[in-house]
Amino acid sequence: MEVNILVGGAAGQGMETVMNLLGKALVREGYGLVYTKDYMSRVRGGHNFSRLRIAGGKPWSTVESIDVLVALNEETYNLHREKLVPSGRIIFDPGHFTLPEYEDRGVPVELQKLAEEAGGKVMANTVAVGALLVLIGQQGETVEELLKETFADKKGVAEKNITALNSGMDAAARYCSACFTLPPKNESEGMLFIDGNQVLGMSALASGCRFLSAYPMTPSTGVMNYLAAKSRELPVVVEQAEDEIAAINMAIGASYAGVRAMTCTSGGGFSLMTEGLSLAGMIETPLVIIVAMRPGPATGLPTRTEQGDLEYVIHGGHGEFPRAVLTATSHEDAFYRLNKAFELADRYQIPVLFLSDQNFADTHRSVESFDFSRLNYNRYLAEEGQFEKPYQRYRLTESGISPRILPGQFADQVVLVDSDEHDENGNIIEGAEPRQAMVDKRMRKMPALAEEMDEPDLYGDPHPETLLIGWGSTYGVMREAVDALSASGVKTAMLHFSDIWPLPQKRLRSLLPAVKMSCCVENNCTGQLASIIRRETGLLIDRSILKYDGRPFLGHEIIAEVEKNAES
Amino acid sequence: MLRAEDYLVGETAWCPGCGNFSIRESLSEALSELELQPHNVLICSGIGQAAKIPHYIRANGFNGLHGRALPPALGARMANKDLKVIVESGDGDSYGEGGNHLIHNIRRNPDLAHFVHDNQVYGLTKGQASPTSDQGMITGVQVSGVAVPALNPLSLALVLGAGFVARCFTGEKEHLKETMIAAMQFEGYALVDILQPCPSFNKVNTFGWYKKRVYFPEIENVQDWSAAMEMSRQWGEKIPLGIFYKSSRPTFESSVVALEGEALAWRSFDPLSVAHVQNEFL
Repeated sequence: MEVNILVGGAAGQGMETVMNLLGKALVREGYGLVYTKDYMSRVRGGHNFSRLRIAGGKPWSTVESIDVLVALNEETYNLHREKLVPSGRIIFDPGHFTLPEYEDRGVPVELQKLAEEAGGKVMANTVAVGALLVLIGQQGETVEELLKETFADKKGVAEKNITALNSGMDAAARYCSACFTLPPKNESEGMLFIDGNQVLGMSALASGCRFLSAYPMTPSTGVMNYLAAKSRELPVVVEQAEDEIAAINMAIGASYAGVRAMTCTSGGGFSLMTEGLSLAGMIETPLVIIVAMRPGPATGLPTRTEQGDLEYVIHGGHGEFPRAVLTATSHEDAFYRLNKAFELADRYQIPVLFLSDQNFADTHRSVESFDFSRLNYNRYLAEEGQFEKPYQRYRLTESGISPRILPGQFADQVVLVDSDEHDENGNIIEGAEPRQAMVDKRMRKMPALAEEMDEPDLYGDPHPETLLIGWGSTYGVMREAVDALSASGVKTAMLHFSDIWPLPQKRLRSLLPAVKMSCCVENNCTGQLASIIRRETGLLIDRSILKYDGRPFLGHEIIAEVEKNAES
Repeated sequence: MLRAEDYLVGETAWCPGCGNFSIRESLSEALSELELQPHNVLICSGIGQAAKIPHYIRANGFNGLHGRALPPALGARMANKDLKVIVESGDGDSYGEGGNHLIHNIRRNPDLAHFVHDNQVYGLTKGQASPTSDQGMITGVQVSGVAVPALNPLSLALVLGAGFVARCFTGEKEHLKETMIAAMQFEGYALVDILQPCPSFNKVNTFGWYKKRVYFPEIENVQDWSAAMEMSRQWGEKIPLGIFYKSSRPTFESSVVALEGEALAWRSFDPLSVAHVQNEFL
């Protein structure tokens, strides 16, 4: 039992407002849901839509099938009517366009007129929310409560919106009241309605990140927005840099001088950052970089999704230096994993890349509230007596990790870092032996770092015949595909990577030889994870299911591909 | 109190006669006179001969990437506002590769003293034109002479609203030291363009060439922007030295809410202290 809603229109018509209001109200009521966005890189016009799936348990991904279509323009109806189920309904504004005569699923609601009557056409979206509530058999109280919270500072606005909401409910009720039944509510209370960028921003804040410098770039900007909104009340500095080169160098400077620092970007911006990444590697300064992937090359598809930069973040930056690459798989996991990124960066004094993508960044889900006591804040700084004086920033040690102090922390002790190859003091050198000693020192961190990597999550049949392998934001949709395939009798499991570099190999090595068919599922064209697995372990993956049209996988696509592979 | 020589460390890799020596000495004297402790000073540089200065002055040092001396300096100011941060690099680094950072940090106005070793040529890569090379200068790359007019860093800084704009010459060491002190005491971004000879690669703008031209004009009102602008445009037979312009405006730091109170680097943190932030998603 589930209900799928699609709201579509031109950019600027406010699909997001509808979904945010409805989504948050339903989550507050206790329903499990997921809300995804499909939008164009423009601020007006074009065709944008959002999907909301309300389902029992824990819905992970949205589906193509539509129960309620909210068509804010005629194009939306034309583009999506094929996926509307026979018993579906279409909310539309008869003052704006009319449905064809044979179309008997319409629920005409004069969105604009009712909004104007309530006090302004800007509230057309609130009218639409009212209509939606009626169709799914909900009362208006929770939305009213939310409107009052949202407009607490604006006198009279909440009241007008509530009038708009009620008129939408009344209008829709004439055609169809509770024609859709919602699934049972979740048992746990206090669920959050949150998107991926907000999860990461909140995690950074709660990880003690004090400085974010970034240049706005879709789909990473939400992280910056989140932290900027907090910077007036909490001790975090957010600076919009003049370019990504400045962004990463500022963050490195802030980290060197003593705070947890981060930058966020997407592929093109990351390209500009790679020299700075290499600097962080050379001067062994902790840094977290969130790369929210979108399809490339170059400007690519700015508002779409892809997993095309895995190899790039593993290898980006000139020269050889240790780094870790972690990925955002689910909202639940990413909150704690980004904290791990900060911990690894501080502990190993390295840059840590955190890979997200548009699919993760822009997707809202209902998730249980986070346990902040699970987050760590260890700076791994040397205290008095834990380093020799005069201080040497690059003291050669067995672990490769030198005691780290901050500029200004100890009287008479100075901290010198250099992008040139350097000696233990941080002074420029060119000699062969000290060069090799310093490379060895840096690279000595790798074995311990590799031990820190979590093995990929194994989900599904413990003795699978078919093993799907994935990473990053495909976690949820792959999980649903595994459930569906298992239900149809195929012994299926998935191995899903969150920590990806250095590549954790134990589960791969134990599972791969035992399965009948292994299949890498990736949102890219070349099967990058499969290549990395082959290179690092010598193990071959049998098949790849690849998608690179800029859209996230839908569950049925994976299922169909697996079944096709099984037949051939 | 530390003596000037106490700030000098390392073995320099500069050519005999290089203007960098005078700049290094003047800086050590300025640090000594200001009684700044090495651990409370940070020198950020990029790449080039001038950018080696963090290795030769006892202080915290961030010898970063070419053209990127300013961004880490800003980041460091955000993390620890108690550090006296000096940015020191050459003309190629500060005005060429780092041009965008120059523009936007002048706009920001962080509390940084920016000392540019301006020898009008690329030294480390052996003699190509720099943004401040005079038009017509012949080099191994600009074989028919530099075709484009030189960048005027002081006019640029003034146009962008810099609060402290000065020019010095390594042949006038006392003035250089005094100007460095004033720049470090100035609250906000201070640009000091320091003319220096490059005996190895700039055969045009030699020590004697500068010496013959530089003079100290009478500066009646250091807050007179138009007069400063006019002075900044003098170049050729007569080259003025001095603090052309000095006028405070609010620093970048003063606009950052999070910097109120103790420096961020020294603050403790507990993730649980911010657990309430998730309530907005309920």
